[in-house]
Amino acid sequence: MGRNPIGLLLSAPYLVFVIAVFAYPLIFAVYMAFHDYFFAAPGAQVDRPFVGLDNFQEVLSDPAVIRSFGNVGIFLLINVPLTVVLSLVLATALNKAVRGRTFLRVAYYVPYVTASVAVVGVWLFLFSGGGLVNQVLGPLAPDPSWLISPTWAMPTIALFVTWKQLGFYILLYLAALQSVSTELYEAASTDGAGAIRKFFSVTIPGVRPATVLVLLLSTVTGANLFTEPYLLTGGGGPNGASTSPVLLMYQKGIEQGNPDTASAIGIILVIGVLIIAFIQRKVAGGDES
Amino acid sequence: MSRGQNILRGVVLTIGAVAFLFPFYYMIVGSLQKSPDTSIAGAFPNPANLTLENYADINSRVNLMQTLLNSGIFTGGVILGTLVFGVLVGYALAQLQWRGRGITFALVLLVQVVPFQLLMIPLYVMIARDYGLADNYLGMILPFAINSTAVIIFRQYFLQVPRELFDAARIDGAGEVVLLWRIALPLVRPALLTVVLLTFIGPWNEFLWPFLVTKQASMQPLAVALANYISTVAASAANPFGAVLAGACVLAGPAVILFILFQRHFVSTDIGSGVKG
Repeated sequence: MGRNPIGLLLSAPYLVFVIAVFAYPLIFAVYMAFHDYFFAAPGAQVDRPFVGLDNFQEVLSDPAVIRSFGNVGIFLLINVPLTVVLSLVLATALNKAVRGRTFLRVAYYVPYVTASVAVVGVWLFLFSGGGLVNQVLGPLAPDPSWLISPTWAMPTIALFVTWKQLGFYILLYLAALQSVSTELYEAASTDGAGAIRKFFSVTIPGVRPATVLVLLLSTVTGANLFTEPYLLTGGGGPNGASTSPVLLMYQKGIEQGNPDTASAIGIILVIGVLIIAFIQRKVAGGDES
Repeated sequence: MSRGQNILRGVVLTIGAVAFLFPFYYMIVGSLQKSPDTSIAGAFPNPANLTLENYADINSRVNLMQTLLNSGIFTGGVILGTLVFGVLVGYALAQLQWRGRGITFALVLLVQVVPFQLLMIPLYVMIARDYGLADNYLGMILPFAINSTAVIIFRQYFLQVPRELFDAARIDGAGEVVLLWRIALPLVRPALLTVVLLTFIGPWNEFLWPFLVTKQASMQPLAVALANYISTVAASAANPFGAVLAGACVLAGPAVILFILFQRHFVSTDIGSGVKG
């Protein structure tokens, strides 16, 4: 048992929890996805036959599901590059700023610590048909307005999430910037590099491990999307233009009582995220971290 | 460092700060307006159009005291679980040699990478249907009671404590529990605060899970009650947006205030070590 078996004793409550609310549900999710699982009265003996890939076939031939995965694709194409660029630029500027650093750090982090539900309230107000954004834009305002437009609903959600999460990524980059050696900047200066050149040749390679992490975390956040489409676009937008897979999991699994197909969507989603993460790591990560 | 660069940096940072803070400013202004004014002038408070009625209005539709209490119990339960399990496992992983330590640490990391959405449906089936814990505080808290980020932060802190310190106490005859309570815990006091702050915003702001397991209005945390109000707001209230924004201020307030008070404890390296594992 090793030198201190008491270590296992101290960890036991945690391990019991991991099995109860993590390992078992994980296996249960896979079980449901391969069986004809439906809700029954507690304790009732019901037959839930093995159906192989039927649930997967059903969700993959459902246009609403395909659409929702496409929506996540649109979301990621807008959110991920915007997140990486904006957070790196703001963190770099903040890193060298002398005055007002604390205030700015707080300002950038406040959306992250605030409940989505609360800030969704303001965004609804800002982006509604007669809202402030359209008042400012005047004739340039899209019609139908942002959140009820099939074209703009998903980009607006992507913008919302970028804004909401950015502070967290700025903080990650700030930590990463601390570890970029000042000698490299000095050497680059000696070689006559300007600020822009230094940013591309020293800063960007220097924070590469953080970039890999930001890519991964923003992708996972995108795949988890639920609250924003549910509240901003009233449960999925015009013709499902902003439905997310998790929103469909909720609708199919809990509202319509098909937890088996909902689990199948969940498994496809997670496999998708793993594939994207793997590609991101290959492209951006090199051999580091 | 050239002047031009400094000015450019100032401009970028200022535009950023305005973009980040404006919605919060607008939230407060909007929550105080008698009638919603979405024109550009409406962004500036007009004393003639100010009122606290929206707060009374949202309170008449959403029982603020009860929902805040529910949010508090949910958040408190999660924090308690996180601290207790986090300290115990973090200490065991960092300072004790035992069989299964490697596997336990691997599990801690694994828990962190499996996304909640995959567990959402089976957890709902188990907790709400099989165990009958729908509309129950325990049902809300259970899935969040283990928090791997906290375990990792505590482990990092305990790793920095020299093992000789604990060995000396053991020679003096202290048992592991006494050791943990009297020596280890006081040493990680800064970590306790960090973990409480980091953990607080999770359950306080959480929407999806309590939304799934609470159907009774009297059991809902404020985030869920407010969301339900937003999604049914359409016709009912006289100034629905004013009421929504008043509710949003009440929901955002505690987290934002805590964060501003303790902002220097939100250290980027802690967050970094937390998510990196």
